[in-house]
Amino acid sequence: MVNSNPVISLSDVQHTAQLANLPIPEDKLPKLQAQLESILQFVKTVQTVDTDNVPETTQVTGLENVWRKDEVEDSRTFTQDEALANASSTHNGFFMVKAVI
Amino acid sequence: MSIKDLAAKIKNKNITPAQLVEEAYTNIQRSEDQINSFITLRPKSDVLEELAKLKPSNSPLYGIPYVLKDAYATKGIQTTTASNILKGFVPTYSATVYKKLQAAGAILIGKCNQDAWGHGGSTENTDFGVTHNPWDISRVAGGSSGGPAAAIAANFCTFAIGEDTGGSIRNPAAWTNTTGLKVTYGRVSRYGAIAYASSFDTVGPMAKTAEDLAYILSTIAGVDPYDATTSPTPIDDYLAHLGNDLAGKTIGVPKELYGDGLDSEIKAAIMSAIEKYKEMGVKIIEISLPISEIGLAAYYLIAPSETSSNLARYDGIRFGQGRGEFTQETIRRIMIGTYALSAGYYDAYYRKAQKVRTLLVRAYEQALAGCDALIMPVNPTMPPQIGELISDPLSNLLADVYTTSINPVGVPSLALPAGFSKSGLPIGMQLVGKKFSESLLLNLGYQYQQVTDWHTRSPKL
Repeated sequence: MVNSNPVISLSDVQHTAQLANLPIPEDKLPKLQAQLESILQFVKTVQTVDTDNVPETTQVTGLENVWRKDEVEDSRTFTQDEALANASSTHNGFFMVKAVI
Repeated sequence: MSIKDLAAKIKNKNITPAQLVEEAYTNIQRSEDQINSFITLRPKSDVLEELAKLKPSNSPLYGIPYVLKDAYATKGIQTTTASNILKGFVPTYSATVYKKLQAAGAILIGKCNQDAWGHGGSTENTDFGVTHNPWDISRVAGGSSGGPAAAIAANFCTFAIGEDTGGSIRNPAAWTNTTGLKVTYGRVSRYGAIAYASSFDTVGPMAKTAEDLAYILSTIAGVDPYDATTSPTPIDDYLAHLGNDLAGKTIGVPKELYGDGLDSEIKAAIMSAIEKYKEMGVKIIEISLPISEIGLAAYYLIAPSETSSNLARYDGIRFGQGRGEFTQETIRRIMIGTYALSAGYYDAYYRKAQKVRTLLVRAYEQALAGCDALIMPVNPTMPPQIGELISDPLSNLLADVYTTSINPVGVPSLALPAGFSKSGLPIGMQLVGKKFSESLLLNLGYQYQQVTDWHTRSPKL
């Protein structure tokens, strides 16, 4: 079914993939766009609900400002070796990354 | 055998933990090829060695073999969340739930299959092969905690720790004739749990019976300084209340959930369960909860938004592989979430969904104001054939209609066996309660399991 007025266009899909840092091959974009369109058509039904004067809920714990002492806790701190243990590439005790510029 | 009976036998030296481990591995060797419930099965020699070093204790979980969904960090043991991104990842720290079970003397035998990152309801969205339902191996076991549920059903272990963000404990429990508890948000620490949607994620027990869940929850519940969202609300004595008389309790039946779209055999099974509760003196009232579809829509905006943020950290630099390894289902969820959070769409999608979330909270408050618990279906259908759901992205999401609206609200829900279809497939139901009413839900589940025997049946393997 060709939708003449899609929620998400092919270029939106490309842009969103870039924002999400997802490498999506060019030839996979049309299928992905069609799938995202069908999902968005469903989830946008939230827009039919009257939410005037309704506040947002972002969490349901009812807790606020849960503090701990500002002290280093060795029990949840990695050693340098532990921190690097799963890195694909290291050098002199550092993570190696591709050059940014 | 129940945890209570096993613990008694271990204490009286009628059985040794080593024998339990041997039995588990015998069952695994016999049937795991057909089921594929494990991603990492620990070598038996490692497990027996750990057992030998363990000091015998009075903990009811001492020497009891169990499995973890592969969503929990286990120091020294591969943790993948069923994604190639984390294939080969060996954590250098352990999740709180794992540490608590270690301290209680429970014996981890392996890490189980799931939908990658919790993204799915069938354990087909996995890079480690689909998990098959022990009741019919041509069908899915449900998800996302499908591996743990199948492992319990196939008697590979006594219990499991699953994770429920939108039904991931309840859905596979219902499809495998096992019992699972989605706890109140904040009841159990999430530290070391690989996040899907942080404001919905809950860590919960899975086993054969409500009584077993009470033993496990007693061990894993409580405040954790490593998880600031854990609740200081006191932990109930879950075992003490299991046998409470149900007379005077009220269960609500949300009428909207029993209409079109619900399999007639599932409906009939739950109606029979309602009759059982009436016989036990429970008052049954019909109520209205007209939110499931809109709840599902809000869920599929908020959860993908949170997951797009949580999964941004997987860049292959500090650990794991690069972002090209995400599956199609996970790519779709990251894309929907990124879109809903992006400039220009934030108000219309993400913010709007968070407002609808408030309406869901109010709807459940209202529904639960006049009763102690709600009785609801878990799944709209019997477990589908493998390949049926994963091939259609939208219907894959719609299969979660009865479970997803619970998580944005944060209330607990107990899924338990309610019968079988004519073709011999398991049927589940869920009991939803007020926040921190786990004790009552387990009481309701325990009493039902005293007058029914569905939970005692095992698949022929």
